[in-house]
Amino acid sequence: MKKEKYRPIDIAIAVFVFLCAVLFILPTVLTIANSFMTSKEISANYGAMFNNMSGEENVFISKDVNLKFIPDKVTISQYKSVLILNSDYLMKFWNSVILTVPITLFQLMLAVVTSYGFARYPGKIKSIIFFAYIILMLMPYQVTLVPNYLVADHFGMLETSEKLIFKGAAAPLNVFCMMWSRRAVLLPSIFSPFSIFLLTKVMRRIPISYVEAAKLDGAGEFQIMTKIYLPLCKSALVSIGMLVFIDYWNMVEQPLVLMKNSEMHPLSVFLSQVNTGDVGLAFAVGVVYMIPTILMFLYGEDYLVEGITYAGGIKG
Amino acid sequence: MIRRRSGNQCGRRRERLFSNACLVPSIIGVLIFFIIPFIIVVYYSTINNAISKEYVGTENYSKLMDNMAFKTAAKNTAIFTGIAVPLATVLSLMLAVLLERRIPGKSLVRTFFLSPLMVPTASVVLVWQVLFHNHGTVNQIVEMFGGEPVDWLKTSKGQVVIILMFLWKNMGYNMILYMSALCSIPKDIIEVADLEGASTFYKFVHIKLRYLSPTILFVFILSLINSFKIFREVYLLTGNYPAKLYMLQHFMNNTFQSLDYQKLSAAAVLFSLVMIVVIAVLLIAESFFGKDVEN
Repeated sequence: MKKEKYRPIDIAIAVFVFLCAVLFILPTVLTIANSFMTSKEISANYGAMFNNMSGEENVFISKDVNLKFIPDKVTISQYKSVLILNSDYLMKFWNSVILTVPITLFQLMLAVVTSYGFARYPGKIKSIIFFAYIILMLMPYQVTLVPNYLVADHFGMLETSEKLIFKGAAAPLNVFCMMWSRRAVLLPSIFSPFSIFLLTKVMRRIPISYVEAAKLDGAGEFQIMTKIYLPLCKSALVSIGMLVFIDYWNMVEQPLVLMKNSEMHPLSVFLSQVNTGDVGLAFAVGVVYMIPTILMFLYGEDYLVEGITYAGGIKG
Repeated sequence: MIRRRSGNQCGRRRERLFSNACLVPSIIGVLIFFIIPFIIVVYYSTINNAISKEYVGTENYSKLMDNMAFKTAAKNTAIFTGIAVPLATVLSLMLAVLLERRIPGKSLVRTFFLSPLMVPTASVVLVWQVLFHNHGTVNQIVEMFGGEPVDWLKTSKGQVVIILMFLWKNMGYNMILYMSALCSIPKDIIEVADLEGASTFYKFVHIKLRYLSPTILFVFILSLINSFKIFREVYLLTGNYPAKLYMLQHFMNNTFQSLDYQKLSAAAVLFSLVMIVVIAVLLIAESFFGKDVEN
């Protein structure tokens, strides 16, 4: 096929779409740009948003709230105070990691097994259970938080403190202690049916002939799951994992309600409670908080596109 | 829908048992953390208080229905969801169709549209506040063109802001879903239509939309789920008791804080019932539209 030139209409559409796309990325760019401003500049620009802006003296506060792209003076002082001067933020970042990574991993592992169960030998009872899962998935967390709270309260999971029992060479095992002390948030999130729903739909599309071929070669059910279903779902797993990770990376309500001990709250909770004093820092913290998701996108954007291809419809 | 009889014939008992056993861990977890406590929630919604535990029937529900806060919240949520979810479904489809053409810079545009997924909710709310503040950027632009500045966040115009936020956050991903669905439409059908001299419009309505219908439904559902998550942004933008943007989620949150179990349970049960009806309608719609394209 010979290479055609772009038609004028295509160029026009490209310009239009590109303008829309720029609008979409604008808030992200602004967040990053603002993180390089001095706190003085930020209070000058955004001071009007917070009536009782105080702290630094003789700061000119503009009546208008100005949006600025390019800082007057580029500085990394905000990052310095977030990353070096104050270890609080790194602690909270770690809190986010120790919540989000186990949730994502365990939810995916559970989803592989459960989706396999739903996709193999479908039947009436299974489809009824699957329907229940869909309803559960559609419940907003404000509704599911009520039952979750009841359970956490009943089992005394609301007020926990971190006890690190491993010392010396076994210290990495303390990760499990940390996870255990966060079980009030971890457990319900792991059993959340979102990834089961998506993965079941992908698994249902796997041609039965693959399975039959494997059976002729003497594969058992477990091997069919691990050697046929699992590899075929790889890109779907990556894309579902990304969605789950992003979702829980941003969670605010669950830790607020289910963890009384605010020392264990993730950074997203701090970001949501930013007020007068630390607006300047908020942008820098926001950017630091973005880094894992950006890295994930760089690695997995194609998976995101590819993996979700088969997921259409509800029943699949 | 054609029921797939895959493997039913050749499945031996023991092998079926394995696939059933695979469901057990998840079902146990869901029972413990969601279903059983939800039954307790239903029970709570029918008693007068947690101490004397007298059965009061539907009293909590009728009280809830008379509650002004609940009514406002339900109304605002219904308006928001009713506008935002269809908009997100349709607009992203339009974008995907535009991007189907041979245009330069496609993958860059795709990344740009996906970028809202990467940004942490809370830090981007600051930017939105700057944009829609009384003296913020949008009002400055409005004034530049001689318009009256609008108090975006404290009047009913706030719905516009959160609908925009919702679209901003969700359109990119929806678009991707549509794009991959468009790619998987069998090429030969389009070619036959081309040979028969079908117009672009005809092809779109009669072929592409047909094939896309399961995806459209799927996008609709995802948008519906995400529409309930926008509360976080609304809350961060406007606080606990916004005058004009009081949503159902605010109601739940505030009731949660006051630990009024009866009110809370009744609201949760009511919400679930509405959702079950919505899903049932969607399922019926799917089996209606999706029939002829599945195999």
